[in-house]
Amino acid sequence: MTRPSGNATTLRHPVRAGWSFAAPSVIPGFGLTLGYTVTYLSLIVLIPLAALFLKAFTLPLDQIVKLLSAPRTIHALQLSFGSSFIAALVNVVFGVIIAWVLVRYRFPGKRLLDAIVDLPFALPTAVAGIALSSLYAPKGWIGWLVSANGPLHLGWKIAYTPTGIVIALIFIGVPFVVRTVQPILEEFEQELEEAAATLGANRWQTITRVILPRLMPAIVTGFSLAFARAVGEYGSVIFIAGNLPNDSEIAPLLIIIKLEEFDQAGASVIAIAMLMISFLMLLVINLVQGWSRRRFGDV
Amino acid sequence: MFEAETSVYDSRRPPQPPEHHTRPTTERRWIKWLLIGMAVTFMLLVLVLPLVLVFVEAFRKGTEVYFKSFTDRSAIAAIQLTLLVAAIAVPMNLIFGVAASWCVARYDFKGKSFLITLIDLPFSISPVVSGMVYVLLFGAQSAIGPFLKAYDIEIVFAVPGIVLATMFVTFPFIARELIPLMQSQGNGDEEAAISLGATGWQTFWRVTVPNIKWGLLYGVLLCNARAMGEFGAVSVLSGHIRGKTNTMPLHIEILYNEYNFAGAFAVASLLAMLALVTLLLKTLLEFRYGDELAGTRRH
Repeated sequence: MTRPSGNATTLRHPVRAGWSFAAPSVIPGFGLTLGYTVTYLSLIVLIPLAALFLKAFTLPLDQIVKLLSAPRTIHALQLSFGSSFIAALVNVVFGVIIAWVLVRYRFPGKRLLDAIVDLPFALPTAVAGIALSSLYAPKGWIGWLVSANGPLHLGWKIAYTPTGIVIALIFIGVPFVVRTVQPILEEFEQELEEAAATLGANRWQTITRVILPRLMPAIVTGFSLAFARAVGEYGSVIFIAGNLPNDSEIAPLLIIIKLEEFDQAGASVIAIAMLMISFLMLLVINLVQGWSRRRFGDV
Repeated sequence: MFEAETSVYDSRRPPQPPEHHTRPTTERRWIKWLLIGMAVTFMLLVLVLPLVLVFVEAFRKGTEVYFKSFTDRSAIAAIQLTLLVAAIAVPMNLIFGVAASWCVARYDFKGKSFLITLIDLPFSISPVVSGMVYVLLFGAQSAIGPFLKAYDIEIVFAVPGIVLATMFVTFPFIARELIPLMQSQGNGDEEAAISLGATGWQTFWRVTVPNIKWGLLYGVLLCNARAMGEFGAVSVLSGHIRGKTNTMPLHIEILYNEYNFAGAFAVASLLAMLALVTLLLKTLLEFRYGDELAGTRRH
């Protein structure tokens, strides 16, 4: 790595023996960009997050335990994680169908459908929240349809109940499964399907035994992305949730309530509990992922 | 994608089977249309209907009421604040995104994948927690709270806090778009420029930027949509003072809770239009410059 001009013996990047932090490169700017990246990352993300942990551990351990074992906290965490799990499962089922339809079939309006999948990324959560709430409220378009007064006399209540929370989380999670499964399905070698067909498999067997196993890692990734997003979701949920303690109060709302009561330590404890549970669940999902890679082969 | 695959497929089997015959590698017609029907119905119910409702509710009391909603002083202030916040947060994350992707994609160094994980961190944290960490750091109860108060520096419940929270939440967007793109492009172009005697900055502006410009725009688009629409994080840090610390999503919440539905949906319709424009531009970019965006569409 000598300088292109000048004294040929001057090494610009002296080759060090043994351990070095970075591999040598002719492209300048490593120090500048890495320094800027780490500084900005620390200032905006890492130091504030450290403050969260410091705050939570100002509480004595018995108070942390008491707070986490309070029925209201447990219920909020159960509701957040439970409804996110159900919503992510629904997203998996319809996400795979949507991805399949978008990749495999040709039909009018396909490009439009493809574009709309990303709507939950682009539409602000508060807008989604008030729209869903108005839609599923007892006098809303869908809410009225399924209420006791509606033409179907179903007597269902969706808004202001845990069901409403699941609906909002389904909305938020739509793109994740579609966008992780779609590229894998696009690159899927159709020769494999032909091989399965020539070996006598019917279409159903080909799909369940050849195609779906190959999609499994992408499906699991999509599920975990949708799930992680849903657990922390606030804006689209609070309008449609009833926000009643022990009934329809999600964990992020409980954090806000604690903050408004000037119980910052309590809010931090619940926040860290949420982070820990999410982290554990993602860890389990990664283990499942690893297992399915070994079982069905790497994609 | 689909068209290309079919044509390859067809060219291998010159004698076309009759139209009604199902190939062993496609589904029966009724299954195909059933799946398309399920996908379309799901998307209409879950995604399109809420969007339609926003505009219907906004214009329910006529165009006069609709346009009058925007002459309200607090509505104008909210729109201005939203634009201001995005105008600060997006460029900050743009500079970070370029620096981060430069150092991650152009060099090999120890701890690189850990750095990428840290950059992705804000995506897995609830927006409420993202806002809360700044309250813990700069709030009246924090270590530097009294200092800030002595010098009359307002961060929490003021505009700087809102900007910080927005920066946190939109932190990974541009970096995440650029890192895979620059990794897939490799170092060849930059190395050639440097070896021909270009300086680092010349290489960056004349070689790298033209290579990544569409990916950059794509990232900015998504980052901006989130920055303008962020609700949870901003809600924690805003003092909810009308005309001063309310962004558009927060203004929507206040109007909605005051049962001013026409006003709430009028402001919501602006954000919904922003979402539609974002989707349109995003689709155009994918359609026109798909090869120059990151390999897979992910968020």
